[in-house]
Amino acid sequence: MPVNEQKEWKPKIVAFCCNWCSYAGADLAGSSRLSYPADVKIIRVPCSCRVNPIFILKAFERGADGVIICGCHPGDCHYSTGNYYTRRRMALLFSMLDYIGVERGRTRVEWVSAAEGARFSQVMNDFAKKISELGENVKVGDLRCRE
Amino acid sequence: MQGISAKIISRAKELMRDGTVNKVVGWKAGEFFYDCEPYVFETEESLDGLVYNRFCAANLSKYMIKNSIATGEDSLKVLVLLKPCDTYSFNQLLTEHRIVRENVYILGVGCEGMCDIDRIRENGFKGITGIGENADGKTLTVRTLYGDGEVVIDDVLVNKCEFCKGKAHKIYDELISDNEDEGPRGDRFAGVRDIEAMSPGERFAFWKGELSKCIRCNACRNACPACSCRKCVFDNNASGIASKANTDSFEEKMFHIIRAFHVAGRCTDCGECSRVCPQGIPLHLFNRKYIKDINEFYGDYAAGEEAGQRGPLISYTEGDIEPAAVSDKGGK
Repeated sequence: MPVNEQKEWKPKIVAFCCNWCSYAGADLAGSSRLSYPADVKIIRVPCSCRVNPIFILKAFERGADGVIICGCHPGDCHYSTGNYYTRRRMALLFSMLDYIGVERGRTRVEWVSAAEGARFSQVMNDFAKKISELGENVKVGDLRCRE
Repeated sequence: MQGISAKIISRAKELMRDGTVNKVVGWKAGEFFYDCEPYVFETEESLDGLVYNRFCAANLSKYMIKNSIATGEDSLKVLVLLKPCDTYSFNQLLTEHRIVRENVYILGVGCEGMCDIDRIRENGFKGITGIGENADGKTLTVRTLYGDGEVVIDDVLVNKCEFCKGKAHKIYDELISDNEDEGPRGDRFAGVRDIEAMSPGERFAFWKGELSKCIRCNACRNACPACSCRKCVFDNNASGIASKANTDSFEEKMFHIIRAFHVAGRCTDCGECSRVCPQGIPLHLFNRKYIKDINEFYGDYAAGEEAGQRGPLISYTEGDIEPAAVSDKGGK
């Protein structure tokens, strides 16, 4: 069955979660029976710092409507300083995306620790709600990925 | 500018003759008089071909990556001509350990601003055969097949010279210059602010219009002194960027955003990207956006101001601005 065969529009959200905090947070959300939207597709990365700006642009090109990056709280990085670099990079990249006309709010960075299952679920629900409000992100998609 | 040119040639010859240097990296007249191109002079006689005029805008710093590294057993010392703005790029490359400083002899050359032949043509000149400097230093005489005319230099400057960073050399071994530092010229962030003031839809339309002109000739990448990686991500077929033809004219966004991001914090705003673009895309507006953001978020930083600085994207503080502040409020 073609993956893109959809009757009604549902947001596609890509979440990059760091292995040590946010991915474990998602796990905790699951085992605590907390719900978060099924539209959120989690990609596990060793550290939020692993997320190359190309990953984010690529996700948008492939039709993502929103991209969220989750990492350990600043100061708690498993690799000591990874998320500090993420913070600087993403601040600049998001500002640039805004500059070329991609709506603000389609990109987000959140700090979620392994103990914050409830927060993970809340963050994802908030983000999915925001993306649903913004609607379909058709502007940056690659035509071939939309057919 | 003409007087300084003769001085530069005689000094370069002198240094070559006494063995201080064995190569000179400078500019040579190209196919047309306004096509001055970078050239490596290896003999004293060949230095007669060296030119320094209003069309020597090319930044020679990047050429020092290859030319400052000795390949044989011979001792190598290369003379390079650097304009004030080029020294920023040179410093940045030194910071990144790309240039062997001991092998380079920097001859700082004064600059009064470089001219853009396309802007001269826009003044209605056709069949241009030559350009002469006028004694007042403010106008040029344009000789054409249909008669002579005059243009005001300030009206035909290359974009990077319109927003000149100042006439002071940041690094040099010897200086041949007869102009004084007047500090930066113009407000280089004005263009960025104009775009920021648009609505997201307008911004998107503006960049779509500009970037869809891109023919992916890679001139911006090849001329950029910061784009000096031995292996470039865009040359990797598996990167998913270089492997296919475009299906959407706006796909160029990816190339240009990533390229600008890769040089963020290292870009000295030398303006070569926009200058070499055959399609006239204002690529410097991407780099200036990053520079403006870096200045606003993390404090003023000028890449290449001095060698050995720590760039803003390879350092951090505990109290940095959160990306949420940017995505929710759209920056400061």
